[in-house]
Amino acid sequence: MTKILVSFLIGLLFGTGIVISGMANPAKILNFFDIAGTWDPSLAFVMGGALVVTAIGYRLVLARKHPLLAEGFSLPTRRDLDARLLGGAAVFGIGWGIAGFCPGGGIPALGLGRSEPIIFFVAMLAGMLAVKLLETMRSRTASAT
Amino acid sequence: MTEFTPLTSAFGGMLIGLAVVLLMGSLGRIAGISGIVGTLFSSAPASEKSWRAAFLVGMIVAPTVLFLITGTMPVIEVPPTTAMLVIGGVLVGIGVSFGNGCTSGHGVCGMARLSGRSIAATLTFMATTAATVYLLRHVIGG
Repeated sequence: MTKILVSFLIGLLFGTGIVISGMANPAKILNFFDIAGTWDPSLAFVMGGALVVTAIGYRLVLARKHPLLAEGFSLPTRRDLDARLLGGAAVFGIGWGIAGFCPGGGIPALGLGRSEPIIFFVAMLAGMLAVKLLETMRSRTASAT
Repeated sequence: MTEFTPLTSAFGGMLIGLAVVLLMGSLGRIAGISGIVGTLFSSAPASEKSWRAAFLVGMIVAPTVLFLITGTMPVIEVPPTTAMLVIGGVLVGIGVSFGNGCTSGHGVCGMARLSGRSIAATLTFMATTAATVYLLRHVIGG
């Protein structure tokens, strides 16, 4: 129960940061990337602020033996660069450039009571589930042969 | 046009960073939003889903809490059409699934850890996002 309450409050803080920073606002996101047009460099300050705090905070936190409410830190261990990672990132960027929402920006926007974030979110889920379905089919074919 | 907001954007970014650090310090987890959503809509056990669901609910109520504190609801502007939201949304969903992360997981958590995979992924999606916006606004729409 503590974990759930703590997670809710951290999610609230994260969402508040997203909304204040402008990451939930597609017009601002798209203008950041429109250097040749109506450029708005604000997003660089969001990334800068987030990265400075995270880089320092992670150092302090990861120096501890374990997190406060869990037995260990769950950190990615892979180091190799593969086509799947880079291809996926490339496709994500194309989608972000078309819709103007990324997952972290779109979810707090769901709480604004507008239809666009809901349309984006449902479409994003469909994309995620399509990949899951494809991978399940692939692993079944692989195990059948 | 949108107004250039260096101070509020940096402040918002620092709150995002604080939340990212607190999640690592308490539950020991990376605050990658696409990963949190992906696990929630998977066959993972309930114990893996509950904290993620709570995190997302917290994110969704953030605008309402801001409204209660400041008295004004945050305003956004959505230039893309419905068709663009659908196509873009599907591509985002596919991309983050194959690429194992998005702006938060790779762009903040991974970059702050100097993860090579995250730096490569972030540079890649920033480049394709910029190229897509250029194409849509200055080649097709221009």
